[in-house]
Amino acid sequence: MNRRNTDNSQDVVIVGCGRLGAMLASRLSRSGNRVVVIDKDGTAFALIDAGFSGFQVTGDAVEQDVLREAGLEKADCLLATTEKDTLNLMVAQVAKIIFEVPKVLARVYDPKREGLYLKHGIEIISPTSLTGEKFLHLILDEQVPS
Amino acid sequence: MKVILVGRGKIVYYLARQFSKKRIEALIVTPDAAEAEALARRLSVPVLAGDGTDPKVLQEAGAYRADAVLALLANDEDNLAVCQIAGRMYQVPRTIALVNDPENEEIFQRLDVSVAISATRILSTLLGEHAGFEEVAKIVSLAEGNVSVSEFILRDSAPAAGKTVKAVELPDEALIGGIVRNGKVLIPKGGTKLLAGDRLVVIATRESLDDALRSLAGDLET
Repeated sequence: MNRRNTDNSQDVVIVGCGRLGAMLASRLSRSGNRVVVIDKDGTAFALIDAGFSGFQVTGDAVEQDVLREAGLEKADCLLATTEKDTLNLMVAQVAKIIFEVPKVLARVYDPKREGLYLKHGIEIISPTSLTGEKFLHLILDEQVPS
Repeated sequence: MKVILVGRGKIVYYLARQFSKKRIEALIVTPDAAEAEALARRLSVPVLAGDGTDPKVLQEAGAYRADAVLALLANDEDNLAVCQIAGRMYQVPRTIALVNDPENEEIFQRLDVSVAISATRILSTLLGEHAGFEEVAKIVSLAEGNVSVSEFILRDSAPAAGKTVKAVELPDEALIGGIVRNGKVLIPKGGTKLLAGDRLVVIATRESLDDALRSLAGDLET
Protein backbone atom coordinates (compact mmCIF):
# COMPACT_ATOMS: atom_id res chain seq x y z
CA MET A 1 0.00 0.00 0.00
CA ASN A 2 0.76 3.69 0.04
CA ARG A 3 3.41 4.81 -2.38
CA ARG A 4 4.59 1.25 -2.87
CA ASN A 5 1.42 -0.45 -4.01
CA THR A 6 1.66 -3.00 -6.74
CA ASP A 7 -1.81 -2.51 -8.22
CA ASN A 8 -2.59 0.55 -10.30
CA SER A 9 -4.73 2.30 -7.72
CA GLN A 10 -3.34 5.41 -6.08
CA ASP A 11 -3.88 7.49 -2.95
CA VAL A 12 -5.06 10.84 -4.27
CA VAL A 13 -5.72 14.03 -2.30
CA ILE A 14 -7.79 16.68 -4.05
CA VAL A 15 -7.87 20.23 -2.69
CA GLY A 16 -10.99 22.17 -3.66
CA CYS A 17 -14.37 20.65 -4.34
CA GLY A 18 -15.64 22.95 -7.07
CA ARG A 19 -16.71 21.72 -10.48
CA LEU A 20 -13.21 20.55 -11.38
CA GLY A 21 -12.35 19.00 -8.01
CA ALA A 22 -15.70 17.21 -7.77
CA MET A 23 -15.40 15.83 -11.30
CA LEU A 24 -11.88 14.54 -10.68
CA ALA A 25 -12.93 13.04 -7.34
CA SER A 26 -15.82 11.14 -8.90
CA ARG A 27 -13.86 9.87 -11.86
CA LEU A 28 -10.77 8.83 -9.87
CA SER A 29 -12.86 7.15 -7.21
CA ARG A 30 -14.90 5.21 -9.75
CA SER A 31 -11.75 3.96 -11.43
CA GLY A 32 -10.61 2.40 -8.18
CA ASN A 33 -8.36 5.01 -6.54
CA ARG A 34 -8.48 5.98 -2.89
CA VAL A 35 -9.55 9.61 -2.91
CA VAL A 36 -9.74 12.27 -0.18
CA VAL A 37 -11.29 15.65 -1.04
CA ILE A 38 -10.62 18.78 1.03
CA ASP A 39 -12.78 21.89 0.96
CA LYS A 40 -13.25 24.66 3.52
CA ASP A 41 -16.96 24.71 2.78
CA GLY A 42 -18.67 21.49 3.89
CA THR A 43 -21.62 22.03 1.55
CA ALA A 44 -19.31 21.88 -1.48
CA PHE A 45 -19.18 18.08 -1.29
CA ALA A 46 -22.73 17.97 -2.67
CA LEU A 47 -21.18 18.43 -6.12
CA ILE A 48 -19.61 14.98 -5.99
CA ASP A 49 -21.79 12.33 -7.61
CA ALA A 50 -23.14 9.20 -5.98
CA GLY A 51 -20.51 6.81 -7.28
CA PHE A 52 -17.84 8.40 -5.02
CA SER A 53 -16.52 6.11 -2.30
CA GLY A 54 -13.71 8.29 -0.93
CA PHE A 55 -13.42 10.60 2.07
CA GLN A 56 -14.19 14.25 2.66
CA VAL A 57 -12.29 16.63 4.92
CA THR A 58 -13.71 20.05 5.79
CA GLY A 59 -10.94 22.56 6.47
CA ASP A 60 -8.49 25.11 5.11
CA ALA A 61 -5.76 23.34 3.15
CA VAL A 62 -3.32 26.12 4.07
CA GLU A 63 -3.10 24.45 7.50
CA GLN A 64 -0.74 21.51 7.69
CA ASP A 65 -3.04 19.80 10.19
CA VAL A 66 -5.79 19.65 7.60
CA LEU A 67 -3.43 18.16 5.02
CA ARG A 68 -2.26 15.59 7.54
CA GLU A 69 -5.84 14.70 8.39
CA ALA A 70 -6.41 14.04 4.69
CA GLY A 71 -3.52 11.57 4.74
CA LEU A 72 -1.16 13.59 2.56
CA GLU A 73 1.84 11.89 4.19
CA LYS A 74 1.09 8.68 2.35
CA ALA A 75 -0.50 10.11 -0.79
CA ASP A 76 0.83 9.33 -4.25
CA CYS A 77 -0.68 12.38 -5.81
CA LEU A 78 -2.02 15.83 -4.90
CA LEU A 79 -4.32 17.84 -7.13
CA ALA A 80 -4.77 21.53 -6.21
CA THR A 81 -7.95 22.63 -7.94
CA THR A 82 -9.38 25.57 -5.99
CA GLU A 83 -10.39 28.78 -7.75
CA LYS A 84 -7.48 30.61 -6.15
CA ASP A 85 -4.04 30.52 -7.77
CA THR A 86 -2.09 31.52 -4.67
CA LEU A 87 -3.78 28.84 -2.57
CA ASN A 88 -3.15 26.12 -5.18
CA LEU A 89 0.48 27.16 -5.44
CA MET A 90 1.08 27.21 -1.70
CA VAL A 91 -0.59 23.82 -1.14
CA ALA A 92 1.33 22.35 -4.07
CA GLN A 93 4.67 23.54 -2.68
CA VAL A 94 3.88 22.28 0.81
CA ALA A 95 2.84 18.92 -0.64
CA LYS A 96 6.03 18.62 -2.68
CA ILE A 97 8.56 19.94 -0.20
CA ILE A 98 7.18 19.10 3.25
CA PHE A 99 5.10 15.99 2.52
CA GLU A 100 7.27 14.77 -0.39
CA VAL A 101 4.29 13.77 -2.49
CA PRO A 102 5.61 12.21 -5.73
CA LYS A 103 3.14 13.78 -8.13
CA VAL A 104 1.77 17.27 -7.60
CA LEU A 105 -0.49 19.10 -10.04
CA ALA A 106 -1.90 22.59 -9.59
CA ARG A 107 -4.41 24.58 -11.55
CA VAL A 108 -3.14 28.13 -12.10
CA TYR A 109 -5.24 30.60 -14.08
CA ASP A 110 -2.66 33.34 -14.49
CA PRO A 111 0.05 32.20 -16.95
CA LYS A 112 2.44 34.87 -15.56
CA ARG A 113 2.82 32.86 -12.37
CA GLU A 114 3.71 29.56 -14.04
CA GLY A 115 7.47 29.92 -14.46
CA LEU A 116 8.12 30.60 -10.78
CA TYR A 117 7.27 27.12 -9.61
CA LEU A 118 8.77 24.82 -12.20
CA LYS A 119 11.97 24.29 -10.23
CA HIS A 120 10.06 22.48 -7.48
CA GLY A 121 8.79 19.81 -9.86
CA ILE A 122 5.20 20.95 -9.57
CA GLU A 123 3.17 20.49 -12.73
CA ILE A 124 1.07 23.51 -13.55
CA ILE A 125 -2.11 23.27 -15.54
CA SER A 126 -3.25 26.61 -16.88
CA PRO A 127 -6.88 26.67 -18.07
CA THR A 128 -6.22 30.04 -19.71
CA SER A 129 -3.41 28.72 -21.88
CA LEU A 130 -5.22 25.46 -22.65
CA THR A 131 -8.44 27.18 -23.66
CA GLY A 132 -6.60 29.82 -25.64
CA GLU A 133 -4.68 27.23 -27.58
CA LYS A 134 -7.82 25.26 -28.32
CA PHE A 135 -9.54 28.39 -29.63
CA LEU A 136 -6.56 29.33 -31.77
CA HIS A 137 -6.21 25.82 -33.05
CA LEU A 138 -9.82 25.74 -34.21
CA ILE A 139 -9.69 29.20 -35.73
CA LEU A 140 -6.43 28.60 -37.55
CA ASP A 141 -7.58 25.20 -38.77
CA GLU A 142 -10.54 26.87 -40.40
CA GLN A 143 -8.50 29.70 -41.83
CA VAL A 144 -5.84 27.50 -43.32
CA PRO A 145 -7.51 24.41 -44.77
CA SER A 146 -5.01 21.65 -45.09
CA MET B 1 16.26 52.16 1.27
CA LYS B 2 13.00 51.36 -0.44
CA VAL B 3 10.29 49.20 1.10
CA ILE B 4 7.07 47.93 -0.48
CA LEU B 5 4.16 47.24 1.86
CA VAL B 6 1.46 44.91 0.57
CA GLY B 7 -1.68 44.79 2.65
CA ARG B 8 -4.62 46.69 3.97
CA GLY B 9 -6.00 48.23 7.12
CA LYS B 10 -4.33 49.94 10.03
CA ILE B 11 -1.16 47.89 10.06
CA VAL B 12 -0.23 49.23 6.62
CA TYR B 13 -1.11 52.79 7.59
CA TYR B 14 0.91 52.83 10.80
CA LEU B 15 3.91 51.07 9.28
CA ALA B 16 4.02 53.49 6.35
CA ARG B 17 3.84 56.39 8.78
CA GLN B 18 6.69 54.95 10.87
CA PHE B 19 8.81 54.44 7.79
CA SER B 20 8.33 57.95 6.50
CA LYS B 21 9.34 59.30 9.93
CA LYS B 22 12.52 57.27 9.65
CA ARG B 23 13.07 58.58 6.10
CA ILE B 24 12.61 55.13 4.63
CA GLU B 25 11.10 55.30 1.17
CA ALA B 26 7.87 53.31 1.34
CA LEU B 27 5.22 52.39 -1.22
CA ILE B 28 1.88 50.74 -0.42
CA VAL B 29 0.13 48.18 -2.60
CA THR B 30 -3.45 47.64 -1.45
CA PRO B 31 -6.21 45.66 -3.19
CA ASP B 32 -9.11 48.02 -2.63
CA ALA B 33 -9.26 51.19 -4.77
CA ALA B 34 -11.25 53.22 -2.22
CA GLU B 35 -8.83 52.30 0.55
CA ALA B 36 -5.90 53.21 -1.68
CA GLU B 37 -7.38 56.64 -2.19
CA ALA B 38 -7.99 57.15 1.52
CA LEU B 39 -4.43 56.08 2.38
CA ALA B 40 -2.97 58.37 -0.27
CA ARG B 41 -4.87 61.30 1.24
CA ARG B 42 -3.65 60.61 4.77
CA LEU B 43 -0.04 59.72 4.03
CA SER B 44 2.72 61.30 2.02
CA VAL B 45 3.56 57.90 0.61
CA PRO B 46 2.76 56.62 -2.88
CA VAL B 47 -0.13 54.14 -2.92
CA LEU B 48 -0.91 51.70 -5.69
CA ALA B 49 -4.31 50.01 -5.94
CA GLY B 50 -3.84 46.44 -7.11
CA ASP B 51 -3.36 42.77 -6.31
CA GLY B 52 0.10 42.37 -4.79
CA THR B 53 0.12 38.68 -5.69
CA ASP B 54 0.14 39.66 -9.37
CA PRO B 55 3.70 39.87 -10.78
CA LYS B 56 2.70 42.79 -13.00
CA VAL B 57 1.49 44.86 -10.05
CA LEU B 58 4.71 44.28 -8.12
CA GLN B 59 6.66 45.30 -11.18
CA GLU B 60 4.65 48.48 -11.41
CA ALA B 61 5.40 49.09 -7.73
CA GLY B 62 9.10 49.07 -8.59
CA ALA B 63 9.91 45.74 -6.97
CA TYR B 64 13.10 45.36 -9.01
CA ARG B 65 14.69 48.22 -7.09
CA ALA B 66 13.16 47.53 -3.66
CA ASP B 67 15.33 46.53 -0.71
CA ALA B 68 12.49 44.83 1.15
CA VAL B 69 8.92 43.69 0.63
CA LEU B 70 6.53 43.26 3.55
CA ALA B 71 3.53 40.98 2.91
CA LEU B 72 0.79 41.84 5.40
CA LEU B 73 -2.34 40.39 3.77
CA ALA B 74 -4.91 38.35 5.66
CA ASN B 75 -4.23 34.99 4.00
CA ASP B 76 -1.03 32.99 4.35
CA GLU B 77 -1.13 31.81 0.72
CA ASP B 78 -1.25 35.40 -0.54
CA ASN B 79 1.67 36.52 1.61
CA LEU B 80 3.71 33.56 0.41
CA ALA B 81 2.94 34.44 -3.22
CA VAL B 82 3.93 38.10 -2.69
CA CYS B 83 7.27 37.13 -1.14
CA GLN B 84 8.09 34.46 -3.70
CA ILE B 85 7.31 36.70 -6.65
CA ALA B 86 9.32 39.55 -5.11
CA GLY B 87 12.28 37.34 -4.28
CA ARG B 88 12.39 35.13 -7.35
CA MET B 89 11.22 37.42 -10.14
CA TYR B 90 12.57 40.76 -8.91
CA GLN B 91 15.45 39.64 -6.67
CA VAL B 92 14.24 41.65 -3.68
CA PRO B 93 16.87 40.86 -1.02
CA ARG B 94 14.56 40.84 2.03
CA THR B 95 11.03 39.47 2.00
CA ILE B 96 9.03 39.57 5.21
CA ALA B 97 5.65 37.89 5.67
CA LEU B 98 2.98 37.72 8.32
CA VAL B 99 1.67 34.21 8.85
CA ASN B 100 -1.51 33.20 10.63
CA ASP B 101 -0.91 29.50 11.17
CA PRO B 102 2.27 29.35 13.32
CA GLU B 103 3.13 26.05 11.66
CA ASN B 104 3.59 27.92 8.41
CA GLU B 105 6.55 29.93 9.79
CA GLU B 106 8.94 27.12 9.01
CA ILE B 107 7.40 26.37 5.63
CA PHE B 108 7.74 29.98 4.56
CA GLN B 109 11.40 30.02 5.46
CA ARG B 110 11.96 26.84 3.49
CA LEU B 111 10.20 28.45 0.55
CA ASP B 112 12.61 31.41 0.31
CA VAL B 113 10.81 33.95 2.52
CA SER B 114 13.52 35.79 4.50
CA VAL B 115 11.47 36.32 7.65
CA ALA B 116 8.09 34.87 8.61
CA ILE B 117 6.37 36.39 11.63
CA SER B 118 3.46 34.79 13.41
CA ALA B 119 1.57 37.08 15.77
CA THR B 120 -0.27 33.99 16.95
CA ARG B 121 2.97 32.39 18.06
CA ILE B 122 4.30 35.51 19.75
CA LEU B 123 1.11 36.01 21.75
CA SER B 124 0.66 32.38 22.68
CA THR B 125 4.28 32.17 23.82
CA LEU B 126 3.84 35.22 26.03
CA LEU B 127 0.72 33.85 27.65
CA GLY B 128 1.74 30.20 27.65
CA GLU B 129 4.85 30.85 29.72
CA HIS B 130 2.75 32.14 32.59
CA ALA B 131 -0.60 30.47 32.16
CA GLY B 132 -3.01 31.76 34.72
CA PHE B 133 -1.13 34.94 35.53
CA GLU B 134 -3.10 37.06 33.14
CA GLU B 135 -2.43 40.24 35.01
CA VAL B 136 1.28 39.99 34.39
CA ALA B 137 1.49 43.01 32.18
CA LYS B 138 4.91 43.18 30.72
CA ILE B 139 7.59 40.63 30.21
CA VAL B 140 11.13 41.35 29.15
CA SER B 141 13.45 38.41 28.63
CA LEU B 142 17.13 38.66 29.44
CA ALA B 143 20.04 36.23 29.25
CA GLU B 144 18.63 34.19 26.38
CA GLY B 145 15.25 33.97 28.05
CA ASN B 146 16.57 32.56 31.34
CA VAL B 147 15.79 35.69 33.31
CA SER B 148 12.65 37.73 32.96
CA VAL B 149 11.34 41.02 34.21
CA SER B 150 7.61 40.98 34.87
CA GLU B 151 5.18 43.54 36.11
CA PHE B 152 1.77 43.19 37.67
CA ILE B 153 -0.64 44.98 39.97
CA LEU B 154 -1.19 43.58 43.45
CA ARG B 155 -4.85 42.77 44.07
CA ASP B 156 -6.69 43.18 47.40
CA SER B 157 -6.91 39.42 47.67
CA ALA B 158 -3.23 38.78 46.90
CA PRO B 159 -1.33 36.94 49.67
CA ALA B 160 1.43 39.57 49.67
CA ALA B 161 -0.90 42.56 50.07
CA GLY B 162 -0.32 44.12 53.48
CA LYS B 163 2.86 42.14 54.13
CA THR B 164 6.37 43.54 54.35
CA VAL B 165 8.86 42.52 51.68
CA LYS B 166 10.76 40.55 54.32
CA ALA B 167 7.67 38.54 55.19
CA VAL B 168 6.96 37.36 51.65
CA GLU B 169 8.45 33.97 50.91
CA LEU B 170 10.17 34.24 47.56
CA PRO B 171 12.28 31.61 45.81
CA ASP B 172 16.04 32.29 46.02
CA GLU B 173 16.24 33.20 42.37
CA ALA B 174 13.53 35.84 42.45
CA LEU B 175 13.35 39.36 43.80
CA ILE B 176 11.10 42.37 43.82
CA GLY B 177 13.02 44.92 41.78
CA GLY B 178 10.74 47.86 42.32
CA ILE B 179 7.36 49.07 43.50
CA VAL B 180 5.39 51.67 41.61
CA ARG B 181 2.93 53.42 43.93
CA ASN B 182 0.97 56.55 43.01
CA GLY B 183 3.23 57.07 40.03
CA LYS B 184 6.41 57.00 42.13
CA VAL B 185 9.03 54.28 42.21
CA LEU B 186 9.99 52.85 45.60
CA ILE B 187 13.10 50.78 46.07
CA PRO B 188 11.90 47.82 48.13
CA LYS B 189 13.67 47.21 51.44
CA GLY B 190 12.98 44.46 53.95
CA GLY B 191 10.60 46.62 55.91
CA THR B 192 8.68 48.07 52.95
CA LYS B 193 5.02 47.16 53.16
CA LEU B 194 3.33 45.94 49.98
CA LEU B 195 -0.11 47.44 49.41
CA ALA B 196 -3.01 46.45 47.23
CA GLY B 197 -2.82 48.49 44.04
CA ASP B 198 1.00 48.53 44.02
CA ARG B 199 2.60 47.76 40.70
CA LEU B 200 5.38 45.27 41.37
CA VAL B 201 8.35 44.63 39.15
CA VAL B 202 9.66 41.11 39.64
CA ILE B 203 12.99 39.82 38.37
CA ALA B 204 13.28 36.05 38.34
CA THR B 205 14.85 33.09 36.62
CA ARG B 206 12.64 31.08 34.35
CA GLU B 207 12.24 28.24 36.87
CA SER B 208 11.32 30.39 39.84
CA LEU B 209 9.00 32.92 38.20
CA ASP B 210 5.80 30.95 38.62
CA ASP B 211 6.52 30.26 42.30
CA ALA B 212 7.39 33.90 42.90
CA LEU B 213 4.18 35.08 41.27
CA ARG B 214 2.19 32.58 43.28
CA SER B 215 3.59 33.81 46.63
CA LEU B 216 3.03 37.42 45.68
CA ALA B 217 -0.22 37.35 43.74
CA GLY B 218 -1.71 34.01 44.66
CA ASP B 219 -3.56 31.82 42.27
CA LEU B 220 -5.00 34.15 39.70
CA GLU B 221 -6.87 31.47 37.89
CA THR B 222 -9.86 31.59 40.19
